[in-house]
Amino acid sequence: MRTKEHSNKKLGNVVIFCFLCVLTVVFLYPLFFILNNSFKGKFFISADPFSLPNAETFVGGTNYINGLMKTGLFSAIGWSFFITIVSVVLIILFTSMTAYYITRVKSKYSSILYYMFTFSMIVPFQMVMFTMTSLADTFHLRTPWGMCILYLGFGAGLSVFMFSGFVKSIPLEIEEAAMIDGCNPLQTYFGVVFPILKPTAITVAILNAMWVWNDFLLPYLVIGISTDYKTIPVVVQMLVGSNGNKDMGALMAMLVLSIIPIVIFYLTCQKYIIEGMVAGAVKG
Amino acid sequence: MQKTLKKYLVIFTVPTLIAFSFAFIIPFVMGLYLSFCEFATVKNAKFVGLQNYITAFSGNQKFLSALLFTTAFTVVGIITINIFAFGIALLLTKKIKGTNIFRTVFFMPNLIGGIVLGYTWQQMINAVLLKYETTIVTNAKFGFWGLVLLMNWQMIGYMMIIYIAGLQNVPTELTEAAKIDGATSWQTLTKVTIPMVMPSITICMFLTLSNCFKLFDQNKALTNGAPMNKTEMLALNIYNTFYGKPGFEGVGQAKAVVFFLIVAGIALLQLRLTRSKEVEQ
Repeated sequence: MRTKEHSNKKLGNVVIFCFLCVLTVVFLYPLFFILNNSFKGKFFISADPFSLPNAETFVGGTNYINGLMKTGLFSAIGWSFFITIVSVVLIILFTSMTAYYITRVKSKYSSILYYMFTFSMIVPFQMVMFTMTSLADTFHLRTPWGMCILYLGFGAGLSVFMFSGFVKSIPLEIEEAAMIDGCNPLQTYFGVVFPILKPTAITVAILNAMWVWNDFLLPYLVIGISTDYKTIPVVVQMLVGSNGNKDMGALMAMLVLSIIPIVIFYLTCQKYIIEGMVAGAVKG
Repeated sequence: MQKTLKKYLVIFTVPTLIAFSFAFIIPFVMGLYLSFCEFATVKNAKFVGLQNYITAFSGNQKFLSALLFTTAFTVVGIITINIFAFGIALLLTKKIKGTNIFRTVFFMPNLIGGIVLGYTWQQMINAVLLKYETTIVTNAKFGFWGLVLLMNWQMIGYMMIIYIAGLQNVPTELTEAAKIDGATSWQTLTKVTIPMVMPSITICMFLTLSNCFKLFDQNKALTNGAPMNKTEMLALNIYNTFYGKPGFEGVGQAKAVVFFLIVAGIALLQLRLTRSKEVEQ
């Protein structure tokens, strides 16, 4: 009786395992599809998009070279890295300081700030899209550095909210001890508080990095398509959005190249990314 | 300590506040005001009262049809994504070999940006439809189900992770006790497991709701509203009103305010639901 139940369970697990394997193939197929077609000549892709490249259709790295020449994806990858890294550093530094201040100092100013940050989380981008773009124009923020300032502003809501949730749980005694030892608030903050905030800082950094890296509309509107500062999503949109004869091969190659950095990042920091996304979901 | 920290107000809060004003506070207030104005640029606005809101809801603005399409898509999206994600989470908590690898793969699409994803799926769906000598932009049904497919592919992994975290918190004593009492696995699932993971279900429902409802990038990349704006969602409709129709910027802003009110309503509903649940427990 017992062994029968045991073997039933084992059989069940094998079935589930096979099912999950099939599902894995389904999940990976779209990525394989573009990778596969990125090695085929552009005239062969639409004729038979599902077959593997053969002697006739295989073109090696031609699509990649064409794509890179035409679109300037290389510089876009550079600018995506620049904007993402600078924005995330600014966000971590300044929003954690703000969160610390408004949690520790109880005043009208603090609570007004807190409510405004929380409120901004529920406002969709479309609400401020047009006015923000013209404001950025007036104040000459339509540059990569300006973008980083705007990202600091947009990221402030969620980041301040998450940091202040954590600051509340830090016992006051530690900071008071530092103060008595003669530290000023800045020294106390960077010497004592910020190291304790590190786990939250990692979460906030990951959430913001994923958002800034993938964001399309803000760079598209603020930096636009006619400058040298295009980010990856903007370049991909330009390549496909432009009418006329599309180079399908180059498109596939560019899609592959824009996915690679994020996959590498994911595979190396998987644990933090998954934890961060779950924490962000539960709190946001 | 508060007093000394108070003197540092400028250093601690002003940098964030300046950026926040540029990105959010000023544009938000201006946006509210401009929704009652006729304007082409922000500087030459003329007050017109509620006219923009009335125009926004007229038939040729396609705002209502976009709302309908968005709602239909969101409902189908919530149901399918959550059922699949919950199902997979159940399988992945059965201590099967390779669970970590499966989890890694299923979660991955979630990290790829909407524009890149949208074009990837556009290429693939068109490749399939080519066999029937058509493309995704010829029929609104293709666009609708294509979008559902894409969002399932993207969001199942994310929701699955949240469900797994919830399922791992269900004490095994409970499910084992149910089994000893003679409950079938279906009964254990519906009477014990699901009530226990209700908080995760609420989170996932609202996360899919807001992600589907506010969708823009994927919509723009996959069909860009074609054919004839029939697959245009709210965010894309607002975008097209702003940047595709000169002279209708005010109407676009009015639509954006309506959009904001709906999204804010959903968020408040979520807050009330989670608060009242917390009290019950």
